[in-house]
Amino acid sequence: MAEELAFSLLIGISVGLSAGYLGSIMVLEKMALVGDALSHVALPGLALGVLLNFDPLVGGFAFLFVSSVIIWHIGRVTKLSFETIVGAVFTLSLAAGILMIRDLDVLEGALFGDIAKVRLVDAAAGLVIAGVATYLTRMIYNKIVLSMISEELAISKGINVPRVNLLYLLLVSLVVAIGIKITGTLLVGFLVVVPAAAAKNLSANLSRYSLLSLVFGGVSAGLGILLAGFLSYLEPPPPPGPLVVVVGVVLFVITILVRWKKRISI
Amino acid sequence: METSDRYILKVTDLTVELPNQTILENVSFELKKGTTLAIIGPNGAGKTILFRALLNLIPYRGKIEWAPKVKIGYVPQYLSASDIPISVKEFLAFKEGSDIDDALSSVGLDSKEVLNKRLGALSGGQLRRVLIAWAIMDKPTVLLFDEPTTGVDLDSEEAIYKMLNDLEEKYKITMLLISHDLHIIRDYSDYMLALNKCVTFFGESKRIMDLELQQMIYGEPVCMVPV
Repeated sequence: MAEELAFSLLIGISVGLSAGYLGSIMVLEKMALVGDALSHVALPGLALGVLLNFDPLVGGFAFLFVSSVIIWHIGRVTKLSFETIVGAVFTLSLAAGILMIRDLDVLEGALFGDIAKVRLVDAAAGLVIAGVATYLTRMIYNKIVLSMISEELAISKGINVPRVNLLYLLLVSLVVAIGIKITGTLLVGFLVVVPAAAAKNLSANLSRYSLLSLVFGGVSAGLGILLAGFLSYLEPPPPPGPLVVVVGVVLFVITILVRWKKRISI
Repeated sequence: METSDRYILKVTDLTVELPNQTILENVSFELKKGTTLAIIGPNGAGKTILFRALLNLIPYRGKIEWAPKVKIGYVPQYLSASDIPISVKEFLAFKEGSDIDDALSSVGLDSKEVLNKRLGALSGGQLRRVLIAWAIMDKPTVLLFDEPTTGVDLDSEEAIYKMLNDLEEKYKITMLLISHDLHIIRDYSDYMLALNKCVTFFGESKRIMDLELQQMIYGEPVCMVPV
């Protein structure tokens, strides 16, 4: 039991840190809803994994990445907002996934996370993927921010904006795919949205904002999982995913109060 | 370029097309080193598109020849920084290896005052100066400036042009600027290029006060304004 909790904490905190950091860009891009809805797109991929007997997370990741690239491309070509396109795509994915997964236990795990079954190998893989994703995002962070401020300035500085954006989407898909293990597809969007939103409430500069996003992501995931462990005597024991969300939202509310109290002009 | 001793830029038959429309058609002009060229014309005339082509940001037909070893700095008309928590220091640090304090003092800003301010919280005049500081940090030989005084009040406007003039003389920068301001064009540029898809006029800037010429450039009667 203690071992399982330790593995859960390891993967949870590393994914929380990484998702918070990557999510800070998504929130700045005004793509917060995209981050949230994208996670639902993983469901048909998870279903395919179950049906065809390969790791569902691989299927989830593949669907996430391909969908995000398609959505990104449609957005660039049609100039429709990402929210509009994702709004159309994600409900379809959710419906398709639910229709494809007929085993209710598997469906529950896919929707709400299944961290209790985390093994050492999962935890180690999660740690490595989250670490690499965070490191690579750190490498392109300033480039993406500059392209948000002015695409012309970024291009004139020699930044290949489409390539950097594509790499970022790949990294988000990776982190969201492993995040599904913790919170499930319904709630994983939280990890890329709420920590960054909380950090934005307290930040007037980029380094503080990205650092706080990372910390809030890790703290939400860690405390949520610990809380689930603490409450595991309840019958049935509460799943960690929703508790992670509750902790994160409490942090978010606290940042609003702090901002209001300090009248931070941001 | 054959005339690189005298000319820093030679544009020949430049044409830019979007799927259903031609934005620029057969634009040709040359620019001497160390001079300032004002690019003028009505809205939608293709002025910003010309800049984007000169920066090689969009596909075009025709020839754009810069003199060898030209280093181009660019100051865009707009930034989307209002919602991004980034300080002036962090923004300028994107240009690695350059002296931020030096660049800020060149544009008349006190680093202590603005360095830790949020980029989106700057006044229009301060933001323009920070953008110019950004552009001159890696010592460009050419500066492309899209509407230098967008969002700037009248007092700061004159100051910004004076500063640009000083920078031009101090660093021997060749400048291309897009402007609608007739007296600015007259006082702070040497040549003007009037566009309306094609070149409608290219010549010395002092001629801008000629009302017939203004009418030809802007395509409609231009009322007299005391300058």
